[in-house]
Amino acid sequence: MNMILPTASISATPNGTTRPQVRIVIVGHVDHGKSTLVGRLLHETGSLPDGKLEMLKAVSARRGMPFEWSFLLDALQTERDQGITIDTTQIRFRTRSRDVVLIDAPGHAEFLRNMITGASQADGAVLIIDALEGVRSQTRRHGYLLHLLGVKQVAVVVNKMDRVDFSADRFKEISDEISAHLIGLGVTPTAVVPISARDGDGVAEHTPRIGWYKGPTVVEALDALEPAPQLAELPLRLPVQAIYKFDDRRIVAGRIESGSLKAGDEIVIMPTGKIAKIKTVESWPVTPVNGPQGAGRSVGITLDRELFLERGDIIGHSGQSPRDTRRIRARIFWLHDKPLTTGEQILIRLGTKESRATVVAIEKAIDPGALSNEENTAIARNHVGEIDISLAQPVATDPYTDNPRTGRLVIEVNGRIAGGGLVLSVDAGRPAVPIDIVPVESALRPDERSARYHHNGAVIWLTGLPGSGKSTLARALERRLFSNGGSPILLDGDTFRAGLNSDLGFSPQDRTENIRRLAEVATHLARNGHIAIVAAVSPSTADRAAARRIADSAFREVYVATPAEVCETRDPKGHYAKARSGGLPSFTGITNDYQPPTGNELTIDTSNRSVSDATDAIERMLATTGILFDELTDLAANI
Amino acid sequence: MHLLDNESAAAGTRSAALRSASSVPGIPANQAPPSMDHLDELEAQSIYILREAFARLKKLALLWSLGKDSNVMIWLARKAFFGRVPFPALHVDTGKKFPEMYAFRDRFGKEWDLDLRVEPCPPIDSVDPTLPPAARSAARKTEGLKLALNKFGFDGLIAGIRRDEEATRAKERVFSPRGLEGEWDVRDQPPEFWDHFNASPPQGAHLRIHPILHWTEADIWAYTKRESIPIIPLYLAKDGKRYRSLGDQDITNPVASTASSIDEILDELESTKIPERAGRALDHETEDAFERLRVAGYL
Repeated sequence: MNMILPTASISATPNGTTRPQVRIVIVGHVDHGKSTLVGRLLHETGSLPDGKLEMLKAVSARRGMPFEWSFLLDALQTERDQGITIDTTQIRFRTRSRDVVLIDAPGHAEFLRNMITGASQADGAVLIIDALEGVRSQTRRHGYLLHLLGVKQVAVVVNKMDRVDFSADRFKEISDEISAHLIGLGVTPTAVVPISARDGDGVAEHTPRIGWYKGPTVVEALDALEPAPQLAELPLRLPVQAIYKFDDRRIVAGRIESGSLKAGDEIVIMPTGKIAKIKTVESWPVTPVNGPQGAGRSVGITLDRELFLERGDIIGHSGQSPRDTRRIRARIFWLHDKPLTTGEQILIRLGTKESRATVVAIEKAIDPGALSNEENTAIARNHVGEIDISLAQPVATDPYTDNPRTGRLVIEVNGRIAGGGLVLSVDAGRPAVPIDIVPVESALRPDERSARYHHNGAVIWLTGLPGSGKSTLARALERRLFSNGGSPILLDGDTFRAGLNSDLGFSPQDRTENIRRLAEVATHLARNGHIAIVAAVSPSTADRAAARRIADSAFREVYVATPAEVCETRDPKGHYAKARSGGLPSFTGITNDYQPPTGNELTIDTSNRSVSDATDAIERMLATTGILFDELTDLAANI
Repeated sequence: MHLLDNESAAAGTRSAALRSASSVPGIPANQAPPSMDHLDELEAQSIYILREAFARLKKLALLWSLGKDSNVMIWLARKAFFGRVPFPALHVDTGKKFPEMYAFRDRFGKEWDLDLRVEPCPPIDSVDPTLPPAARSAARKTEGLKLALNKFGFDGLIAGIRRDEEATRAKERVFSPRGLEGEWDVRDQPPEFWDHFNASPPQGAHLRIHPILHWTEADIWAYTKRESIPIIPLYLAKDGKRYRSLGDQDITNPVASTASSIDEILDELESTKIPERAGRALDHETEDAFERLRVAGYL
């Protein structure tokens, strides 16, 4: 065949010749002859193992059935007994120009999940149609799913032409109908081939019986399907799989889904928008790796600075990063017995990220096989639809039209995959990182600062009820650290609400944003060697966890656990009195919405100890957790 | 991984520096990454699977049968985790392997710094005597596997099976859930697509993870050669015979072959139409022998 092949997908086979490999799925309505076509293809291309044909004939005879090509692939006993394919399977053969991995997928509606499992791995597809029966529900459904799975190259095969006396008119009728359907989905068939899989016409040879047909045979049509698309030209996307600390290296591991990276690149970590440089690209047995690494590689990188990142984050290049969002619109297929409904809580997986989510709206739900009417409240099993989802955490993603790898998601129910689809659009609240922002690094090194202050940078987070003594403790600690030559800075929640956070109220969303801003400012100070002392009620466990993620290893949480009744009698700002009289509807002190921390570094009850005693306790904690240096605490103990 | 030779690596750095000097800050220089060949793609996919397993399961073990496939798998795990296999290597020992296999295990278990756990199988008398001999041997191994699972409480077992070995294995998932008794429900496998895996086994059940499911026999040999992974010499022909697949001594037979090097094995595989497991008595006792064993929890 005369074709131009992309160099990146040419594979070296063991004997040193280079042949591209393509993965092709065979789909179509049940009993239209998928497994028979596969069997015939293997036979025609000389790919069957010795003795296999004889074994199959014996198996057929034992069952008192005519010889079945499908027995080759229907390996499960129940499949042979019932004469249907239940689960997808893969088998290999060679054409003149390539190695083909054929994926046989079941046509029965009950096993749609297995069809999807097979088809999702394919570079191209063969859609098979029975010439007698014509286009049926699974034909249409599979066509639609190929589009949703991102399989764009589809060759159509009209099988069992022997049953319609090799009629050119019947062939044209079916060819027109299916072409119109596929083109409507944005898929143009690469070929429509009339065949008889059972007899062999049109599979590898043109036979006189289909003399009127001048197009390619099935083998030729397979030869024309292209290998996987090139992703190296797209912007870098490296979803983080894990962070390994097996030795003194902190390696960020993942597979490059698109683009390429190399040591020295400036990267941005989404959805947080943190910026760093790639220090090294690690490998084994030889490390580090020089030069760029492209899409498809599983890599490990180290960064030039210690910052918090986690599984599910996506690394991109500055200025070309994915978007961060909590709202996504997606077109999905649904495989679960129970229909997906509006308001439902689901688990979303986007790349390596998982997030709880709520289905906000459902639109255009249809049965892609029946072309039935649209529904707008639920998506039934084996149906498709568009959904709006709201995510519990910000995620990084792309619309699938921008990036086919990061623009797709799956939905899990009870720990089992229940659906999946494409990200149509991303409702980004704000642009992730403005393109023209280039962060400037400090001229000073951390050790220069710590040598002067005798401490490392830290975020000391004082949480507790209003009136528990946070501000008093914070001020005492500030004075103590400053007296010892340190650089403490007080960040009081109320003070920030008067300025930086004056646009925020007391709704859960605004409280979350309030805490995020406090944590970001505090972390910036800590990175520059200061001790940021944050005094904020911060009632939500999730918000404090977010603050800890932002500040990472610099975070020290102190729970000021003064009993509520003591806090109310103190009432330094008069808030309890005002709230009791109805003047402060969402005041944490009396609404019982304070969630006490677990896993905090220190707990202090100020109802039974002095301010100076409590300050000592915080200082000791800072010394034992590596913030204050030893000689300083010795000094402090003598004051 | 692919390393450029010294000269071209240095040239690459120089030209990248020249380009980036004149380009917009923050936009990477347009230097093309090296293309991936077939083995690179297989390797990257397997590493991805191993890392997913390690990230999502709590207590993993890698089943080390000492054969060519599981040796490649250990090599891939060392690549995935930068030289260290961060979970135990479990050898469920029938006690009937070839002496060369035990010697290999004892040597490379140490050299590769594996956390090796050798677990014996129960006596053959305790296994259903009505089974044909090879199936009975396999059932005994399944029992040994169950004992080891109960003893250590693994929730994930990494196994080196491949789709091209055998027809029911071709229908496997990469992350394959097993029931409480280790059984495989072939009628109700969960959907698995786009490298999203079902990694939440119910309490008390476990998952089989198959990082080399998509490899072929020829891929294994080509990769073994490229990476210089050690092999047991029984795979190479001696006196006109070699083993294509290694199992228990009493139920594994050599095939006729003159291939005495990996290159010759690869040439042989190019032309052969004899299946890999032809020397395994197990596969040929009845039509569905292998399926029944696998449903019961065999690999």
